[in-house]
Amino acid sequence: MWLFLLRRLASAIPVLFVVSVVSFLLIWIVPGDVTAEIAGPDATPAQIVRLRHDLGLDQPLLGRAVIWYGRLAHGDLGQSYLLNRSVAAAVLERLPVTLSLVALGLLLSVVMGVLLGVLAAVRHNSWVDQLATSVALLGLSIPDFWFGLVLIVFFGVQLEWLPTGGFVPIDVSPLGWLRSMTLPALTLAFTQMGVVARMTRSSMLDVLGQDYIRTARAKGMQSWVVIFRHALLNALIPIVTVVGILTGVLLGGAVVVEQVFSLPGVGRLIIGAIQRRDFPIIQGGLLITAATFVFVNIGVDIIYGWLDPRVRDDR
Amino acid sequence: MTAELAIGGGRGELARQMRRARRRRAWAFWARLFSHRSFLLGFALFGAIVVLAVGADFLAPYNPDKNDYTNFLAGPSALHWLGTDDFGRDVLSRIIFGTRVSLWVGVGTAIASGLLGTAIGALSGYVRWSDGVIMRCMDGLMAFPGVLLAISLAAALGPSETSVIIALTVTFVPRTARIVRASVIVTSRMLYVEAALAAGAGHLRVLLRYILANALSPLIVQLTYVFAVSILAEAILSFIGVGPPPPAPSLGNIIAGGRTYIQEAPWVTLYPGIAIACAVLGLNLIGDGLRDTLDPRLGRVRTPK
Repeated sequence: MWLFLLRRLASAIPVLFVVSVVSFLLIWIVPGDVTAEIAGPDATPAQIVRLRHDLGLDQPLLGRAVIWYGRLAHGDLGQSYLLNRSVAAAVLERLPVTLSLVALGLLLSVVMGVLLGVLAAVRHNSWVDQLATSVALLGLSIPDFWFGLVLIVFFGVQLEWLPTGGFVPIDVSPLGWLRSMTLPALTLAFTQMGVVARMTRSSMLDVLGQDYIRTARAKGMQSWVVIFRHALLNALIPIVTVVGILTGVLLGGAVVVEQVFSLPGVGRLIIGAIQRRDFPIIQGGLLITAATFVFVNIGVDIIYGWLDPRVRDDR
Repeated sequence: MTAELAIGGGRGELARQMRRARRRRAWAFWARLFSHRSFLLGFALFGAIVVLAVGADFLAPYNPDKNDYTNFLAGPSALHWLGTDDFGRDVLSRIIFGTRVSLWVGVGTAIASGLLGTAIGALSGYVRWSDGVIMRCMDGLMAFPGVLLAISLAAALGPSETSVIIALTVTFVPRTARIVRASVIVTSRMLYVEAALAAGAGHLRVLLRYILANALSPLIVQLTYVFAVSILAEAILSFIGVGPPPPAPSLGNIIAGGRTYIQEAPWVTLYPGIAIACAVLGLNLIGDGLRDTLDPRLGRVRTPK
């Protein structure tokens, strides 16, 4: 197990390296003069020269890479001009909002997806199965930000049950926090529960066809005990891997959903930075989000290896 | 089977029989595909969107950029079937022209990531020493949440259709390359590949004619999904403001424009989303149908991606 853990951690090093290279190169692919664009039309030539020096853009690419990695080694992601503070602090300050949104979305999509998948598998090939499969496919085909807007119109404007946007910190009012996060989390969850539902369905169908399930039924156990205790617990193991993939999708989805519901997360920070051409924030946000995703995946793999010994013994 | 065919006559007869067999197989494939229920539904849905996009000039009731100064934010009526926006522009016409942008971005991304993914996947699957480096790079790209990478790239490249296509291609290439690579690794171990090489065929010829031919089925299925996801992603990028710039009637732009007055005029936001969903759902259904038909090994059980 320790060897497996160590190997899994080591495999993240090249991935993180590529992530840092891509984030570094982002500013390099901007066509034209980046500094003039950042400084805006009113900047004097002297200001542009100073900004270019601050950014390190007066140096060749290699020199800039040395600076970038030198800073990165100290956990320094550069300075944001518009916020006038360090990028790392600005991003990390907003990370909890994004992560709690992703966690809630994940929870909802797994719960709804598993229920839908179990229902579809237990009533295999019936209308319930058809309906579950259709709902799952529909979720995958709907643009998430648009679904969020529809929810705002319905639950926020028409019914006035929930706020149409804005954020309440959890330490101010836990209920207010939950109310402000419900629609965003639901938006994220609805588009992704289909993935979980498909996976649960096929995994459940596999398990339900096995001998020990027939034995359990034959000895007269109640069918819901068989389904939930005997079948679902085993069928859930492959779903753990989906959680890893889903986290990535939800982190991306959160960027847009934060924008729709005006939540002060990393995504909203990055989009604001895009509109004002504040590239260090974009680079830093990209890097930190990707690193978060990499570490979540390592965690998921470790849990998987712990649940299913075959995985860790294999390689 | 070959022995039985050869009895019929000389080389000409054999070639004719093989041609006939190939035609019969192609016919069986199309027949199977068009009797697949979800494929048919997807074909109808997506086909309708394609018709709208191609025939936009004739089908759209108005010029998508023309302002009707007497009808600002007018609800759906006989005059404007899906209402008008804050500039008095006809929403239906804008949606019809918007499907062009969506399809163009989708086709562009599917083709670009198909070509690039095939090249990268073939290289790393066939030239073993390059495999490690290439696949680590692909893993690194996949470590970014897809939407976020595409948004950042498009933002850096500047708002235009082309940068959207480039950004989405970079985002989706790793997944395509992986699929091609897996297929190339399996096929290049086949005896007939060894035989072709022993008979003196060049590596490039073997790769193109014998190895990549086998990667075609999974690649086509994958590209259908890439097409679908690209349409969704283009809408997101436009909505965020890094897609084709605003006067352009892209579906994401229409939704972003309608968002500010969503309470008074929900139709501006509502209908473009339905158009996106139709196109994406259609493509997903087509993809499922192609997967079931092209890859009989998977059988009738849906395997999740």
